[in-house]
Amino acid sequence: MDWLRELARRLRMLIHRRQFDAELEEEMRLHLELRQHEQLQSGMTEGDARAAARRRFGNTTYLKQESHIAWGWEWFENLAQDARYGLRMLRKSPGFSAVAVLTIALGIGATTAIFSVVDATLLHPLPYPQPEQLVSIEDDLPGVGAQDVGMSQPEWQDLQRSGIFEYVSPTWFDENNLTGSSQPARVRLLIVAPNYFALLAVKPQLGRAFNPGDHSPGLTPEVLISDGLWKRAFGGDPHILDRSIRLDTDLYRIVGVMPQGFDAPGRITEERNIEVWAATSFYGLPMSDHPPRSGRNLPTAVARLKPGLTIAAAQSRLEALVAALQKEFPEDYPKPSAWTVRLLPLKERVVGNIRQSLILLLGAVGLVLLIGCVNVANLLLARASARGREMAIRQALGAARLRLTSQLLTESLFLSLLGGIAGLAILFCTKGFLLRFVPDSLPRLNDISISWSVLLFALGASVVAGAIFGLAPALHAGRVDLTHSLKESARGSTGSGEQARSRRILVVIEFALSLVLMVAAGLLLRSFRDLVNVRLGFTPQNVMAVRTRLPFPNDPKTDTYATPAQEASFFRGLLRRSRALPRVEDAALGDTASIPLDESLRDLKLIAEGQFLFTVEGRDIQSDEPAVVERSSVTPEYFHLLNMPLLRGRPFDESDNDRAPQVAVINEAFARTYWPNQNPIGKRFRNARADSPWITIVGIIANARTESLAEAGVPKIYLDLYQTGGKRLAIFLRGHLDTAAIPDEVREQVQSVDPALPVFGAQALSDTVSASLSERRFSMEIVALFALIALLLAGLGIYGVISYLVSERTHEIGIRLALGAERRSILQMVLGQGLGLVIVGAAVGLVGAVVVSHLMTGLLYGVRPTDPLTFVVVALLLIGVALLACYIPARRALRVDPLVALRYE
Amino acid sequence: MHRDEIPPGTLYLLILKTLARSGEMHGYEIANSIQRISDDILQVEEGSLYPALQRMLVKGWVTAKWGTTAGNRRARYYQLTAAGRKQLNVEMSQFERVIGAITRVIEAV
Repeated sequence: MDWLRELARRLRMLIHRRQFDAELEEEMRLHLELRQHEQLQSGMTEGDARAAARRRFGNTTYLKQESHIAWGWEWFENLAQDARYGLRMLRKSPGFSAVAVLTIALGIGATTAIFSVVDATLLHPLPYPQPEQLVSIEDDLPGVGAQDVGMSQPEWQDLQRSGIFEYVSPTWFDENNLTGSSQPARVRLLIVAPNYFALLAVKPQLGRAFNPGDHSPGLTPEVLISDGLWKRAFGGDPHILDRSIRLDTDLYRIVGVMPQGFDAPGRITEERNIEVWAATSFYGLPMSDHPPRSGRNLPTAVARLKPGLTIAAAQSRLEALVAALQKEFPEDYPKPSAWTVRLLPLKERVVGNIRQSLILLLGAVGLVLLIGCVNVANLLLARASARGREMAIRQALGAARLRLTSQLLTESLFLSLLGGIAGLAILFCTKGFLLRFVPDSLPRLNDISISWSVLLFALGASVVAGAIFGLAPALHAGRVDLTHSLKESARGSTGSGEQARSRRILVVIEFALSLVLMVAAGLLLRSFRDLVNVRLGFTPQNVMAVRTRLPFPNDPKTDTYATPAQEASFFRGLLRRSRALPRVEDAALGDTASIPLDESLRDLKLIAEGQFLFTVEGRDIQSDEPAVVERSSVTPEYFHLLNMPLLRGRPFDESDNDRAPQVAVINEAFARTYWPNQNPIGKRFRNARADSPWITIVGIIANARTESLAEAGVPKIYLDLYQTGGKRLAIFLRGHLDTAAIPDEVREQVQSVDPALPVFGAQALSDTVSASLSERRFSMEIVALFALIALLLAGLGIYGVISYLVSERTHEIGIRLALGAERRSILQMVLGQGLGLVIVGAAVGLVGAVVVSHLMTGLLYGVRPTDPLTFVVVALLLIGVALLACYIPARRALRVDPLVALRYE
Repeated sequence: MHRDEIPPGTLYLLILKTLARSGEMHGYEIANSIQRISDDILQVEEGSLYPALQRMLVKGWVTAKWGTTAGNRRARYYQLTAAGRKQLNVEMSQFERVIGAITRVIEAV
């Protein structure tokens, strides 16, 4: 406690420093006067008495300083003095200060903005207790080229019993129709094992979670709902518990409400914003009573490792388990498919997709900050040469070199901290605006904030930036050659050769960094342009898709859409009514997988949709392994509506109904993969399940980029919706539609057929196509913006250096001109100097750019990382800007009047 | 008259002891008191009292408050604290140990 009291005394002294000094002064004066008085009385003269008193007292200035130092604030006072001096210097040259602070503010602001995104997504652990124990389980069949194919119920039980995991829960994303409130609504449902919330270790804000030990058949009659649904559909009713709700006509009881901000760990937005959780042990109605081991119908799974187990250790134990199961059930795990199970950190599943883009952005913005620092360093060096005389004089008067260096560093830190504060202020003011540019699909979007770690980052970045750009001028100040600079200053010419060299090096660095950034931006720009201009193979213009969904009750007896005939009659009625809507020229139906490029459900395996395991008739046993293909179910009008040309055979027609044999239309890519150099029409394939019927190929359509803009030939099959049936429907409408009115018009038509059906997700297909590029567009735009800033800064940098060199050589140029040198040769000399710097910078930058562009291969489309066109164009652009920046000071050099230049001496 | 410099390190001891004996004093009185009691033999470089007093203030051995002298002048009076009294004992015993040792060395036959 003593040191605390001592600190308090020291602080009190610091605050009352002035009073302290005055009091000490008064005290000493009293002492001197009393002593002088005493000496006078002993008979001395006035003058002698004063001298004697002084002699006995000692050096007052020194003693005052000693008394002051006793309190230990010397360092602080030096710093305060440096800061005051720095502030005065900044105020004295407002133009310089504004440019420097603004440069740093932009750099720090941009870097901090990107960092806040990285912090929220990549750095923060998932918001569940002990997140490092959470893993995602993925089953692969590398033998047939299939990844993440899901697991079967018996496999889940095996994992549960393996002793590797605390809990394992399959998760099954689904949609349901919530009825009972004013308007039927589609809700996002996650079907989980009863242990799901125990696994995540998250408690509901209201009520309770599922009983983790429950192993009863079918779905439990209990659900939990999200905070959002509670407030939206139930007005935040505090007595919500035990209320009944109808989901797909089935009755459930609400037993809990999850807290606000609880996000399910999902890969895409839909999967993260779950509204209802239902639990099951994945057997019993509506599922099979004895689910087969080979039926991989549980699409995803999360698990919590046993405490103390690392992922690597768990993985090796898991591999032993897989090997044992393969031996025990050889007919379920045929060797050629080479079943494996992979564990990866759950966080990887949530943010894995965007890591590369974010790191690219952070790298780009870091380069911008670095270029900004180099620029400010250049400005400071220029000013340092103007202040060379001041430094020399101060040193001659006895200032220690260390004090001068530390003073200059303090000035730089002052600049960078001011810049950092300004940057944060800009960021704070534009936060809402900036967040609108962030694509909605970004995981943990709501966690982005200017948190303490972000502030700390900004502070750190400012200090580092200040140290970087302050170092060169500070070191130079410490090395001033006194006689030389005093003499030099007297002559009116400033700056040493060494400083000029430093500035040239800085310009080279700046150009190299800018080139790297511009090449990256150029490559992204080309990729993006190629993607935008890609031939889609279908026509999204004037087409809208609106979604609806048929209920799928657990008890088939209550299902009003149980048979294909019941569904078919609904489809026909809906199509007839849709065609009758105003301005609609054509209408078709499909399942959700038939909406081209719909990113909202990307990567999400839906029940009975999307990827399709199949076998082809007549293949030999060895290769007769299930393979995976994309599929969707559509009505016959679909191909015509989207303008997808039929190459061979026939489209679906009236004869293809639920009583006729199943038929398929396939795309070229699928035909070429399985029937190369053959006519696939009439060939048959079927679902990998043994009991499923053969499907005959009746038509071939051209490849279209319906799955991914970046991939031209994804094999795809289309089945007839009237034959397969479908619950999750997309209504496609073509015509000059009123996009605002369509949702209500369609809702009216759908609900006049069945008032319990929800209508949602209306989208213009051209928007869907451009939305599928939103993440690419985001990173492309940001990197391009950064590259532009870098180019500007580099241009300013070289302009500053060449202007400086020209002004330094005004005298020489004057002499040359007076001696009859041609203006052209002077121009060449100045431009040549600039060009030399740029070429060195560009050469260094090209090497860096090759490295960086290879690192970002995964983000490119259609261009090689060493695309010569991009490299050449960027290098030329940079040289062009540099020449322009040099030309302005060069022109000034030409206008030098020899007389004036000589008189300048 | 010849005056001796005080042995190094004993300035604190002298100030502490002086204050312990006389209660409140200002700087000039402390200097005079040391000089008078030592029969004018010990002479403090008077100014160096002040940095020493500041250091003692930091340590919390003394406190200071402003008052008026007999001649009606404003002066800063120093007073010993409890911590100061403790420190005086420490310094005393240290000093006696050193002096005792020195005495034994020079009186040894």
